[in-house]
Amino acid sequence: MKTAYNRKIARINLTTGEIKIEELNVELAKKFIGGRGLGTKILYDEGIAKVDPLSPDNKLIFITGAVTGTKSPSSGRYMVVTKSPLTGMIASSNSGGIWGAKLKYAGWEAIIVEGKASKPTYINVEDEKIELCSAEKYVGMLSDELTDTLKEAHTNCSVLNIGPSGEHVSLLAAIINDKDRAAGRSGVGAVMGSKNLKAITVTASKIVAEAADDEALLTASKECFRKLKENGVTNSGLPTFGTAVLVNIVNNTGSFPTRNWQESYFDKADDISGETQNAKYLVKNSACHRCAIACGRVVNIDGKIVGGPEYEPLWAFGADCGVSDLNAINKANMFCNEYGLDAISTPCTIAAAMELYQKNYIKEEECEGVPLVWGNAEAIVEWTKRMGEAKIPLAKLMADGSYRLCEHYGHPEFSMSVKKQEMPAYDARGIQGIGITYATSNRGGCHVRGYLISPELLGLPEQLTRTSTDGKAVWCKIFQDLTAVIDSMGLCLFTSFAMGAPDYAAILNAATGTNYTPEELLLVGERIYNIERLFNKEAGMKPEDDCLPKRLTEEPISNGPSKGEISHIAVTLPEYYNARGWENAFPTQATLVRLGLE
Amino acid sequence: MIEVRLFATLREGREKISLLKPEGFTVAGEILDYFDIPREEVAILLINGFHSKPDSSVKDGDVLAIFPPVGGG
Repeated sequence: MKTAYNRKIARINLTTGEIKIEELNVELAKKFIGGRGLGTKILYDEGIAKVDPLSPDNKLIFITGAVTGTKSPSSGRYMVVTKSPLTGMIASSNSGGIWGAKLKYAGWEAIIVEGKASKPTYINVEDEKIELCSAEKYVGMLSDELTDTLKEAHTNCSVLNIGPSGEHVSLLAAIINDKDRAAGRSGVGAVMGSKNLKAITVTASKIVAEAADDEALLTASKECFRKLKENGVTNSGLPTFGTAVLVNIVNNTGSFPTRNWQESYFDKADDISGETQNAKYLVKNSACHRCAIACGRVVNIDGKIVGGPEYEPLWAFGADCGVSDLNAINKANMFCNEYGLDAISTPCTIAAAMELYQKNYIKEEECEGVPLVWGNAEAIVEWTKRMGEAKIPLAKLMADGSYRLCEHYGHPEFSMSVKKQEMPAYDARGIQGIGITYATSNRGGCHVRGYLISPELLGLPEQLTRTSTDGKAVWCKIFQDLTAVIDSMGLCLFTSFAMGAPDYAAILNAATGTNYTPEELLLVGERIYNIERLFNKEAGMKPEDDCLPKRLTEEPISNGPSKGEISHIAVTLPEYYNARGWENAFPTQATLVRLGLE
Repeated sequence: MIEVRLFATLREGREKISLLKPEGFTVAGEILDYFDIPREEVAILLINGFHSKPDSSVKDGDVLAIFPPVGGG
């Protein structure tokens, strides 16, 4: 029977050099969809939760979604699944571009990397052929330069790699593909670097993945393209301004964390907004594989044309560091891509360092000529570069994230993180639901594992009162479960502004031959969320790890329209556990039985 | 005065920020009409940072922020 699943997985042991071809268990894949879900299931079953994440025992899974590379809209995504060295828990970091689709076209559902190479190595995939190649001459090369170099060596290949940050095994290291797309979060680049793996190049002769029912997939895809073209967010808002359009919205609700969350309204927000980016530096849009939205930005930085920042780095390098120089933010973001750094956690760590400097814990002499002063545009650029180089002591410390930095100075409370991963650009004191997402995200501080900003700020699918806790726990659970489905299918989360569970079910069923109802599909999403939680439990997660920094529960917002607001996570968390069928942060036996995870 | 902030495509052909004398305005919809902004183009209407509707009342000192359909993440 035809299906969008490739039936092959490559298992590559870098210690021995052995490359094994394994058959995909299609029935297991259907139970966990693919991508994030299936990758986590494989990692959990292979006992990775207990290993040292930076040891050769950890495994690094590059896995396509079930419908990656099909005719479905926005189907270019792949997932990196591993044990995170930043959080010590599950990492599943996904990225767009074309690399994931190419891996699918080459005939591989996933590549599982084990062990550690004795010398810098890269993996070259050309359809069914896989080989290990020396990367010794590429050591120290920036990500974009390496991409160009490998594209010359392997014509028409797509390149995924780590920059110097991954080589340094910095815990904020990202994996970059196609130059400016990133599997950015949870330190997946550090795991790659710890294995001496510099890059994976993929060349494929096919140009589309097959489907169980081509006609049904075409019909479902056309319907979804129509919805994306008719929806105001996906047909206009995102293409015109990119995600950066959020800057002014979030700031005008007074939920725009400023100066490391000491404030939540930035009076210069318009200077770093999508509107200003369009007027001053935007060259053109860019799009991932088969994307009808094209929200990507290409900007001009002093004559250099590169990928531009998303909303999150605009906020974090901008308001969170008190900086309003958009050109400097664009440049700092470029360094994140070139050195291979998480463009959320990196600037959040600079913001934490600025608070430590403000309060005289970091001394001027440690700053080596570039003081970490609020609003210092030079500082965000130079310290990003320094974190990428990881040479001077303070920068090396910062490259392991804000939690370890602040703990080093005796004040972990200045790290605005959950499970040691930095929280993104929405203040959970002024937006109650997103606080549940942050506190309960299996991969630590993260907004895209249950994007309640959609109903709480954007009015989609309906407008909720942002400062109320009513019903938010159930909303969070549903959003988390649906997101697990979308991630596991290999689709872009932004499709959910226009598409709903019935659309995803139609696409998945046509592509893979499953027969899920929308309700059953959400149950699969719930299963995925729960197996991630089981992984974390085995990795040593404690119930108290589901929490927010005490600044959010003890210090009311100090300025702006949400002045006086505080997070009510103590109210919503028990409601959330009740909705999930969890006790003390973990699934009960009855819940495991209900989800087929016993 | 009532401060009106327009964003994204609503800025095309209009001022980013305007200060209006409060006289003559009782609800937000009248301010949309003043700027000739069709209701269907407005996705988010904030008054003093909180989501409101065209029939929400306005008064001296209020800050209105008006957005077309937008999203991100």
